[in-house]
Amino acid sequence: MSSHHETDDENVPGTERSGADGNVYDALATADDDGRWAFGTGFDAGTAEIDAPAPEGVDREDLAAYCLMLADDALIASQRLAGWTTKAPELEEEVALANIALDLLGQARVLLSRAGHLGAAEPFRAGPWDAQRSGAGPLPQDDEDVLTYFRDDRAFRNVTLVETDLGDFGRTIAWLLVLSSWRLALMQRLTGSGDPVLAAVAGKAVKELTYHRDYAAQWVLRLGDGTEVSHVRMQAGLDAVWPFVEELFLPHAVERRLADAGVAVDPGGLRAEVDAVLDQVLPTATLTRPERPAVGLVGGRGGRDGVHTEALGTLLALMQSLARAHPEATW
Amino acid sequence: MVTMTDTALTHARAAAERVVDPEMPMLTLADLGVLRGVDTTDDGTVVVTLTPTYSGCPALDEMRHDLRRALHDAGHERVEVRTTFSPPWSTDWISDEGRRKLAEAGVAPPDRIGPREVGGPVPLTLAPPSRLVRCPRCGAPETEETSRFGPTACTALRRCRSCAEPFEHVKEI
Repeated sequence: MSSHHETDDENVPGTERSGADGNVYDALATADDDGRWAFGTGFDAGTAEIDAPAPEGVDREDLAAYCLMLADDALIASQRLAGWTTKAPELEEEVALANIALDLLGQARVLLSRAGHLGAAEPFRAGPWDAQRSGAGPLPQDDEDVLTYFRDDRAFRNVTLVETDLGDFGRTIAWLLVLSSWRLALMQRLTGSGDPVLAAVAGKAVKELTYHRDYAAQWVLRLGDGTEVSHVRMQAGLDAVWPFVEELFLPHAVERRLADAGVAVDPGGLRAEVDAVLDQVLPTATLTRPERPAVGLVGGRGGRDGVHTEALGTLLALMQSLARAHPEATW
Repeated sequence: MVTMTDTALTHARAAAERVVDPEMPMLTLADLGVLRGVDTTDDGTVVVTLTPTYSGCPALDEMRHDLRRALHDAGHERVEVRTTFSPPWSTDWISDEGRRKLAEAGVAPPDRIGPREVGGPVPLTLAPPSRLVRCPRCGAPETEETSRFGPTACTALRRCRSCAEPFEHVKEI
């Protein structure tokens, strides 16, 4: 693009940038990769930490299930946020929400790959979509893509908060404040995990989530302590999100076992920190902490057990249907 | 004594260090601090270690591709690009040379933030960010944030109150 850059290219063979200096077709002509699957890019086997064995004394299935829980929280939240693309109130906020979605998707991809490395993707490589395929045998896609596109709702392990309809911008911001405060508290503790992948994901996630929480908190202040209309809508958004907060702090048996093994975080221990953040933000924003009953578990089972609200079905339909209709598409 | 392996390694390092960032092509991957290591194994495979700036950095795949291609073109047949997430990338890893190139291209480089405290809750500050970001065009200190997120994962958008130019700022993490 710059002349400085073109000079570099002339002097240094092999470093020319397609796109940057005009010839956008270079990359196509010189691509040395095989065709890429149309719906994902896949980490190669070269991601150092993902290949690490499960820490000694830790149940492999438990660890895979835990990675899925944290991955699905991020994946489904990311898909929800992506729903704002082309519809956000201002271009800047659209870029912000899409960027946050991208960070969460990145966290999800590593965790899904880790879960897949521990065997979580295998049960989903064969299914009804086989009828759409010409080739025999299981799906060839990377673990993260199999887990994203070829699992049904009952196999997702996310908390129900992340799948809920985001409603208007006020509700989205309330959702984001709660979600980022909770996930930041969780990831901050997870940096000390005995599993190297969880610790590494957490190390990056803490920086990202700090920025997300900051963004959400600034908007809660602006809207809550803004005009009469923005205050009412911000409070309504908070009220709508509130019934899903309780589930964030309910430990699943897998989380308990792995917390005892020094690998996971017991979410029950996060409540004080999340409360402290909300107690700092809400009064400053002239908002009232809602008193609304929690959405209960069904027979003691919730999102972590695959028991979801109906909102997840339509979200997955949007996310998965194209990949299922064309499971072999490449570009 | 300089062995063949040393020479090959020096050559491979030089080739890898010339590869530029796909989104900020004024910087090399080495300037950006995402190129974490170049080594050779006993069988002559060049192993490049890369770390992403953000978890979801969409350019990571292109970086891998560009590194492989640059090393192939420099005559290294067997190339392996490994990605590592730990320790997490920090803008403090952007070299002085990288900071100079950013400013020259009209992008405000990040402040140095130093090591962060580990352990304990991450504090939330509700006051507007007070960090001083100078305009990369006119050097004036009076600039304001126009968007917390910019066109790439690692930038925010700002505007100079003095010369009124909008510019990108590599946000500190």
